[in-house]
Amino acid sequence: MESEVKPSKVVDARNTFCPGPLMELIKAYKAAKTDDIISLYSTDSGTKRDAPAWIKKSGNELVGVYDREGYFEIVMKKTK
Amino acid sequence: MPDKMSLVLFSGTDDKLMAASIIASGGVANDMDVDIFITFWGLTKIEKDGQKNPDVSFEGQPMKDQVFALMKKNNVPDWVTMLKNAKEVGNIKVYGCAMFADLLQLKKEDLDPIVDDIIGVNEFVSMSKDSMTMFI
Repeated sequence: MESEVKPSKVVDARNTFCPGPLMELIKAYKAAKTDDIISLYSTDSGTKRDAPAWIKKSGNELVGVYDREGYFEIVMKKTK
Repeated sequence: MPDKMSLVLFSGTDDKLMAASIIASGGVANDMDVDIFITFWGLTKIEKDGQKNPDVSFEGQPMKDQVFALMKKNNVPDWVTMLKNAKEVGNIKVYGCAMFADLLQLKKEDLDPIVDDIIGVNEFVSMSKDSMTMFI
């Protein structure tokens, strides 16, 4: 399934391990503007749960979690 | 849940120190302020030249070579680098223990720049009274 929105920023954290991908996502989030779409690429299984949980808990919008070839993509929208 | 986390780093083996860096990362991801107090063997590993001999705790010895080889192959950062990354994300303060620093005649400038200050146990306990606290 393709995500329908085009990300403003792609964080490619493939082949890095927990907590690296989530830290990279939060850094990108802090640098982003409201309504920016941030896409995180990761191969770390913990991140597949941790990143969506962080996105929801921080009050932002989880656009989707997509399985790609050999990695997954988590897409968020900065709403606050 | 408290919005503050306090870690006491007593151990000086890289496996436990790495666990501390990972937990601190989880703390800032949850918007917690994290205070880290480094004493005894942990403090000897945060000396400017303290990173030379990576080691693991007793229970990890049989797998030590295998795990370090895997971490190297996968570019897993060392615990200080991981802690620096977490510091960029949130509010983490790193304190050296004054008692042990005095004993070894270590000044702040002898320690890695990640150390913000050298403080005594009274000050650390005082700042930790409402924190989720862990001894590692």
